[in-house]
Amino acid sequence: MVTSKTSVSVLFAGDSGDGMQLTGTQFAETVAVYGTDLNTFPNFPSEIRAPAGTISGVSGFQLQFGSKAVYTPGAKFDVMIAMNAAALKANLKNLHHGGIIIANTDGFDAKNLRLAGYGEENNPLENGTVKDYSVFEIPVVTLTREALADTGLSTKNIDRCKNMFVLGILYWLYSLPIETTIETLRTKFRKKADVAEANIKAVKAGYNFGDETEMFSQHGRYSVAPAEKKPGVYRRVTGNEASAIGLTAAAKKAGLKLFLGSYPITPASEILQTLSGLKKWGVKTFQAEDEIAGVLTSIGASYGGALAATNTSGPGLALKAEGLGLAMILEVPLVVVNVQRGGPSTGLPTKPEQSDLFIAMFGRHGDAPVPVIAATSPVDCFYSAYEAAKIAVEYMTPVICLTDGYLALSSEPMLIPTPDDLASISPKFAKERKADDPPYLPYKRDERGVRKWAMPGTPGLEHRIGGLEKQHETGHVSHDPENHALMTRLRAEKVERVADIVPDLEIDNGPEKGDLLVLGWGSTYGAIKIAVEQALQGGCSVAHAHLRYLNPFPKNLGEILGNYKKVLMPENNSGQLIHLIRDKFQIEPVGFSKVQGLPFNEMEIEAKITDILKEL
Amino acid sequence: MTDTLSKLTAKDFTSDQEPKWCPGCGDHAVLQQLKNTMADLGLKTEDVVVVSGIGCSSRLPYYVATYGVHGIHGRALAMASGLKTARPELSVWVATGDGDALSIGGNHYIHTIRRNLDMNVILFNNEIYGLTKGQYSPTSKVGLKTVTSPNGVVDYPMNTVALTLGSGGTFVARVLDRDGKFMREVFKRAAEHRGTSVVEIYQNCPIYNDGAFDVFTDRERKADTTIYLEQDQPLIFGAEKNKGIKLDGFMPVIVDLKDSSVSLDDLWIHDEKDKLKANILAGFFDDPDTTENCLPRPLGIFYVEDRFTYEDALDQQIAQAQADGEGSLEELLAGKSTWTIK
Ligand SMILES: Cc1ncc(C[n+]2csc(CCOP(=O)(O)OP(=O)(O)O)c2C)c(N)n1
Ligand code: SF4
Repeated sequence: MVTSKTSVSVLFAGDSGDGMQLTGTQFAETVAVYGTDLNTFPNFPSEIRAPAGTISGVSGFQLQFGSKAVYTPGAKFDVMIAMNAAALKANLKNLHHGGIIIANTDGFDAKNLRLAGYGEENNPLENGTVKDYSVFEIPVVTLTREALADTGLSTKNIDRCKNMFVLGILYWLYSLPIETTIETLRTKFRKKADVAEANIKAVKAGYNFGDETEMFSQHGRYSVAPAEKKPGVYRRVTGNEASAIGLTAAAKKAGLKLFLGSYPITPASEILQTLSGLKKWGVKTFQAEDEIAGVLTSIGASYGGALAATNTSGPGLALKAEGLGLAMILEVPLVVVNVQRGGPSTGLPTKPEQSDLFIAMFGRHGDAPVPVIAATSPVDCFYSAYEAAKIAVEYMTPVICLTDGYLALSSEPMLIPTPDDLASISPKFAKERKADDPPYLPYKRDERGVRKWAMPGTPGLEHRIGGLEKQHETGHVSHDPENHALMTRLRAEKVERVADIVPDLEIDNGPEKGDLLVLGWGSTYGAIKIAVEQALQGGCSVAHAHLRYLNPFPKNLGEILGNYKKVLMPENNSGQLIHLIRDKFQIEPVGFSKVQGLPFNEMEIEAKITDILKEL
Repeated sequence: MTDTLSKLTAKDFTSDQEPKWCPGCGDHAVLQQLKNTMADLGLKTEDVVVVSGIGCSSRLPYYVATYGVHGIHGRALAMASGLKTARPELSVWVATGDGDALSIGGNHYIHTIRRNLDMNVILFNNEIYGLTKGQYSPTSKVGLKTVTSPNGVVDYPMNTVALTLGSGGTFVARVLDRDGKFMREVFKRAAEHRGTSVVEIYQNCPIYNDGAFDVFTDRERKADTTIYLEQDQPLIFGAEKNKGIKLDGFMPVIVDLKDSSVSLDDLWIHDEKDKLKANILAGFFDDPDTTENCLPRPLGIFYVEDRFTYEDALDQQIAQAQADGEGSLEELLAGKSTWTIK
C-alpha cells in the first residue's frame, strides 16, 4: 500500500556525533535529483562539543519536500527520526499530531534516558508520551552491527554507519531511489573503499529492512510525486553559498576581480569560507584581524579597482560603520553582505533575526544613506548579492545586502542561470588623460550623479581623495558651508536615483485591491507566502507583497499600499520596517513582531490575518 | 603628465595643494625627502599610491602628486593592505602618526607587520597627538604634562622598534626629521626592500611637544645620545668617536676607546640581518634626560629580513589554482553537483 502525498516535512535528530547533518543532506540530494521541490534547515547546538546524549547536544536537520513549490522547511514536521531520547525530548513538540516517529531504541537505554532528563525508569516510548503518534521502534545500532558484521571494520566504525541505515529505511518509506546516495558515498570516500562499501551496505540494509519487516507492512509506504518545475539544470545552494557565488558571478560579469576583506562571525563565515575556495576564479580573500580591517581592506581594494566586498553579521556591521561612511563619501563601490542574527550585542549568535535593518539604514554618522537590499530566499541570496554588486559598481556607492541566519543555512534547488540570463554590470572607468586635456575632475558626475572610477596606474588621473569633505567636482578638501550642503544633497540624490533601476513591486499573490495587504521583507517570504495562500483558499480578501529593495523603495510602493484597507507587517524584530513605512507614507500599518530567534511559521501569520480581517 | 623616458624630479611629485602644517613642523622635511626618494627611485606618479589615516601627518597624501587616499583614524594600514593585495604592481606608501598607527590602529599595525605586504610605512612619531591639539600619545614620555595629563603621563611609553620586531617586521629603521640626507638614504633602502618596511621618524611638533627629541638633535648632546648604525661597522659614538659598544654575553656595555686595554676588534659589529642583535638594539630605549650613563639611541636600519610577501604567496596560490585555466562563469554557476529537470 502506497499513499501519495503532496509534501512531507522530515526531521533528522540525534546527538551531534550521529551524523544527522550528513544524513539530512543526503536525503535532500536524493529528493532533489528525484525532482521534488525542497527546502532544508539545519539546527545544530551552539556548543561545538556539547556532552553526548544531552538535550544541548541534539543536532537536527529539517527538510520539506513536495510535488508543489516548497517555501519553508515546514512549520511542523510529519516524520521525526529520533536517534536517542534527548532528540525525542527536544523536538516532540514540533511533530504534527499523529506524525511518525522512527526511534532508535538503542538510544533509549538507561544512560540515554538519564542524560535526556527522563529518568532511567521513565522511557517515553513506554510511558504514554508518544501514544498519539505512529511509532516505529527500531534497534538501529544492533541491526547495523548485524548487517556489517562481516565487513571487518571495527565496531566503532560500524556504528558510524547507523545513520545510513536509518536513511535506507526512510528511502524505503518514501519510495525513493538509493542510487544518488550510493554514488555520493563512493565519491566522498574515494580513498577509503571499505568505508564507502560499509556505508552503502548500511543504506541497503535499511532499505531492505523496510521491505521485510512486519512493522511497516501494516502501515504502508508513501510517495511524493516530482514537482512541476521549470525544465533546466539545477543545483542545491544554501543562502551563504549563494551569496558567495553571486558576488563572484557579478565580478566576472563586470570584468573585475573580486576581493573580500572579512572577519569570521556566525552565521556569515561560510561566505568567506566559500570564497576562499574560489581561487580558480581569481577571487582574493583577506581574513583580516577584525571587522574594521575587513571593511577597510575592501575599501583599499575598491580604490584600486577591484569589486570589493565584505561580509559580516550584526556586531561586525556595528564595527564597520565608520568605514562605511568613508566608502560613502569616497564614492567607491563596496558590497556588504550582512547575515543578520539575534542581537543586541552577542545576543543569539546562532539564531536568526531581522533586526539589523535600522543599523543598515542609519548606522553611520552624518548624512550617509546607502542602498539596502534584502534577500527573500536562499536562492535569492545569489540574486541579491549580484544586484548589490551591480548597484555598487554602477552607482559608485557602498550597498548593504541583508540576509539572515535562517536563509544563510537553509538550502533549496536553484535553477542554474546561464551567463546571458544575468544582468550586465557596467563599471564606468575614467580614461587616461593626455598632457593637453583639461585637468582631471575626480568628482565630476554624470546625469545620474555618478562619478567615474579612476584606476591607480592610469596616467593623468592622479588624484587625492579622503574622508574630508570635498569640493564639488575637483575633490579638493573643502570646508565651505555651501559646498558641504551641495555635496550632501548630491550624494543623497544619487542614492535616491537607484530607484530608477529598482523594479516595481509586484503583488506576489492575491487581489490587486482588497481588505488586507501583508507586506514583508527578507526571509519571512516563505512563511507569509503559505499563510496568504491558505487564507485566500479560505476566502479572505488578502494579498502578499514582499520587499527586496528597502532603500530606495520601489517607486510604486505608495500606490500599492493605498489599494488595501489595512497593511500587516510581520517582522522578526520589534517592528523596524514599520517605522520606515509609517514615516514615508504616513499610514498606520499593523505590526506583527516575533523576536524569539526563530523564524515565523505560516500558522502564526495565518492566525493573525484571520484576526485582523475579523475586526475590519 | 609624465614622460616615461625622462626621470621625474621631486617637483613632479609636488601636488598643487599647499601643505597646511605649522611652520617648523618636522612633517615638512619628511615630505621633501619622500618626494626626493620617489624621484631617486625613478617612480612614475601614476604607479604610486600614498595612503594615510587621520592626524597632522596623515594629511601628507594631499601634497604628493601621485594617487592618494586619506582614510580614517588608525586604519591606513588596513586600507593599504587591501589595495596592495588587489593591485600588487602598485607602489604603496603609508603615512601614519604614532597615535594613528600605534594607538587606535595598534591591532592593524601588528597584523600588517606580520603579513609582510610589500609596502613602505613612514611612521611620524612626535610623541603627541597633534591634530587634536596636544593630548599625550602612546609614545609620550612618562611625566609629560599635556592637556589630558596635567599631572604628568603615567602610561609607560611604547617602543616602536621593539614592537615592530616583535610583530615579525622585515625592515625596521629609525631616523630623525633633521637628518635629511640620511632619511633619504634610509627611505630608498626601505623602498627597495620587498616586504613591509617601517621607518620611524622622530618628528618635532613645535606647537604641542616642542623639543621632545632635542636630546637627540642638539648639536652638543647628539653625539653622545645617538648612535648611527652602519652595516659591518663597529658601534662607535661620542663627540670624539671615543666610545664604543661591546657585547658582554647579551649585555651591551659602553667601553672607552681611549682605554688602551680596549681593542676595536672587541666591539659589536652591526649586522642588519642579525635578529637577536636587532632586538638588543631595540632595547636601547632609556631616556637620556632621566637615566644616567644610558645607552645611545640607535638611528638607521636595525634589521632586514628576506621573507615571502603576502601578495606574492596569494598570487602563487591563485596561479596554482588556475594552472589549467581560469574558472568560467558557467562552471561557477554550475558548482559541483547538478541535476536536470526535463
Ligand atoms: C575614530 C576617531 N577617533 C578620534 C579621532 C580624533 N583624532 C584625530 S587625529 C588623532 C590623533 C593624531 O595623532 P597622531 O596619529 O600621532 O598624528 P599627529 O597629528 O600627531 O601627526 C585623534 C585622536 C578621529 N579622527 N577618529
Ligand atoms: S600641530 Fe604639531 S604635528 Fe601638527 S602640524 Fe603643527 S607642528 Fe606639525
